[in-house]
Amino acid sequence: MATLQLKNIVKQFGDIQVIKGVDLDVNDKEFVVFVGPSGCGKSTLLRIIAGLENATSGDITIDGRRINDIGPAERGLAMVFQSYALYPHMTVEDNMGFSLRLARVPKAERRDKVMAAARVLQLEELLERKPKALSGGQRQRVAIGRAIVRNPSVFLFDEPLSNLDAALRVQMRIELARLHDELNATMIYVTHDQIEAMTMADKIVVLQKGEVEQVGSPMELYHHPRNRFVAGFIGSPTMNFLPVEFQDSTHEGVQVTLPGGKTCRVPVDGTGVSVATSLELGIRPEHLNLQEDGPLSGRIQVIERLGGATSLYVQMDTGMVTVIADGDVAHKVGDVVRFGFEPVRGHLFRDDGLALTSLHQHPLTGIDRQSNRAPVEGSHS
Amino acid sequence: MNKPRTAGRTVGGLRPLALQGPAVTLLFLWMIVPLAMTIWFSLQRYNLLMPGMTGFAGLENYQYLFTDPALWTAMLNTLLLVGWVLVITVVGGTLLAVLFQQEFFGRGIARVLVISPFFVMPTVSALVWKNLMMHPANGVLAWVASLFGAEPVDWFSSLPMTSIVIIVAWQWLPFALLILLTAMQSLDEDQVEAARMDGAGPLSVFFFITLPHLKRAISVVIMIEMIFLLTVFAEIFVTTSGGPGLATTNLAYLIYIRALLDFDVGMASAGGVVAIVLANIVAIFLVRMVAKNLED
Ligand SMILES: Nc1ncnc2c1ncn2[C@@H]1O[C@H](COP(=O)(O)OP(=O)(O)O)[C@@H](O)[C@H]1O
Ligand SMILES: [Mg+2]
Repeated sequence: MATLQLKNIVKQFGDIQVIKGVDLDVNDKEFVVFVGPSGCGKSTLLRIIAGLENATSGDITIDGRRINDIGPAERGLAMVFQSYALYPHMTVEDNMGFSLRLARVPKAERRDKVMAAARVLQLEELLERKPKALSGGQRQRVAIGRAIVRNPSVFLFDEPLSNLDAALRVQMRIELARLHDELNATMIYVTHDQIEAMTMADKIVVLQKGEVEQVGSPMELYHHPRNRFVAGFIGSPTMNFLPVEFQDSTHEGVQVTLPGGKTCRVPVDGTGVSVATSLELGIRPEHLNLQEDGPLSGRIQVIERLGGATSLYVQMDTGMVTVIADGDVAHKVGDVVRFGFEPVRGHLFRDDGLALTSLHQHPLTGIDRQSNRAPVEGSHS
Repeated sequence: MNKPRTAGRTVGGLRPLALQGPAVTLLFLWMIVPLAMTIWFSLQRYNLLMPGMTGFAGLENYQYLFTDPALWTAMLNTLLLVGWVLVITVVGGTLLAVLFQQEFFGRGIARVLVISPFFVMPTVSALVWKNLMMHPANGVLAWVASLFGAEPVDWFSSLPMTSIVIIVAWQWLPFALLILLTAMQSLDEDQVEAARMDGAGPLSVFFFITLPHLKRAISVVIMIEMIFLLTVFAEIFVTTSGGPGLATTNLAYLIYIRALLDFDVGMASAGGVVAIVLANIVAIFLVRMVAKNLED
């Protein structure tokens, strides 16, 4: 059992406010991912939770108990560092058992616990080695093992996969998700990589410049971004933005004029929007379709063929847009293409960046990561 | 072996040898000529006060030397001096390195100040200690003692070896600190934080993280200091002149006494050879230790 609350956390380094009032609820056994561009304060926030940094103001509570003034070791958390931070002069076994040694746990018991963790991570063969004699992925696993041995109520990860190569990253991602199911623990995970966030999280917290932009499930963030920043940050390739003109607003949505003169009714709540408001249409590359009679058109500048899909970079009068098309499109650079989209896929953003609320809730927004995978043997239901 | 591969090689073959030749020869002569002369003199009857007595002496000089009680005293003094200075500088240097790694106001200036004794000439620092610090009448230490109503200590006559150790340690502490502070700065901050999360207090962090990290730097400090401390001379010459009696005579000073006070070149050379052998034993022992340390 571990729930964690942050209430109006502020962190200042000198005069610079790095965390500007963050509120957050982390539920028991939840996998929460903090995601945001480099320097937005993700690590700082995690370190505040860990107790390695003091919050300038605000409350941190675990299971209802305020822990601001409790030292890092007594909070019952374990952290995995980006640099692994293994103790270079100790063997893998000593690294993993260090916290128990400090807590004066008897040797035999210590060994049992280390062995148990090593078994979970398939590290049994490596227990006698020093960190220097391990590969990157193995070091990463030892660092995770060191956290497991402490049997913490909350696991904290600070970009744990960013030093691994791409293939290993995918593998460790799956392994971490498995571990989360197996240990039934609350985990908080920091990354700048939105793919890691999308694939692992029950709940994603998007941060920018020390502020929470949106909290929600991966599908909620993808289908219903609250503002232009989240819309651009989540999803790859990044969302296209087109300037559009407001025409009218009914209970069926907002009618806008697209670049090129055609119109389109996007099913969003247009209350308070008028002709004077400048609007931007957001549409994801994978939701643009090549159509003979599509409302939009442009000249292809670059084609990237990936086999299964093709990325077209199309120059319109108003700027460049990306279109993800079928792998078999025969277009060449320089061709003029027409394309369109289903109105329900469109997002409208006001000039202050906020999105107009969608009238249709996407059916998958409530889905969590658990329902995406086969149940682990031995776990509940 | 195929021909083309040898083209880019830099080892083996005649040409590299020819290129290395001059440097190696020069260094070899540089080392071998004084060494050979020392060994040669050590086997001669050669006393400047007795010009008539010359000729091959065989191992006579060594025989005199090894039966001379002064040699054993000097050896013991050498080891004592080296040992104590090493202990003080390494322990003190480590603690100071930890201290100076902390953030505090004026740290930059404090670092420069604490390292500055290393840049003072040994003769000068010995004179300063002798006349300003340890002088029984005018010295700072005597003045401090008088503040507490205590009898001033006549350092060089009542605690001669201690005084020399203090002076030499004062000079070498900055060196140890400099090396260890540099090593401290390469300590991964994440490791310390990981240890803190694992429940380590400041003492545990020091013993389990900092000290193992400094192990390498400490062995380097020990090796370098040892080489220089075996030949401490100026500090003794300026302050106690090896006395009272032989209380502060180390090997270097004994050789000086024999060669320049007794004018016995043969005997002094024999002492020199003994010193070389001793230094080499220590060096081999140490190089092994350091090499082993650097390996893992
Ligand atoms: N100890 C510190 N002193 C001053 N500024 C800091 C400190 N640690 C982090 N910062 C600043 O706080 C901001 C957020 O840093 P961080 O949390 O590391 O970002 P990231 O989201 O990339 O992990 C950065 O602008 C960084 O320069
Ligand atoms: Mg970071």
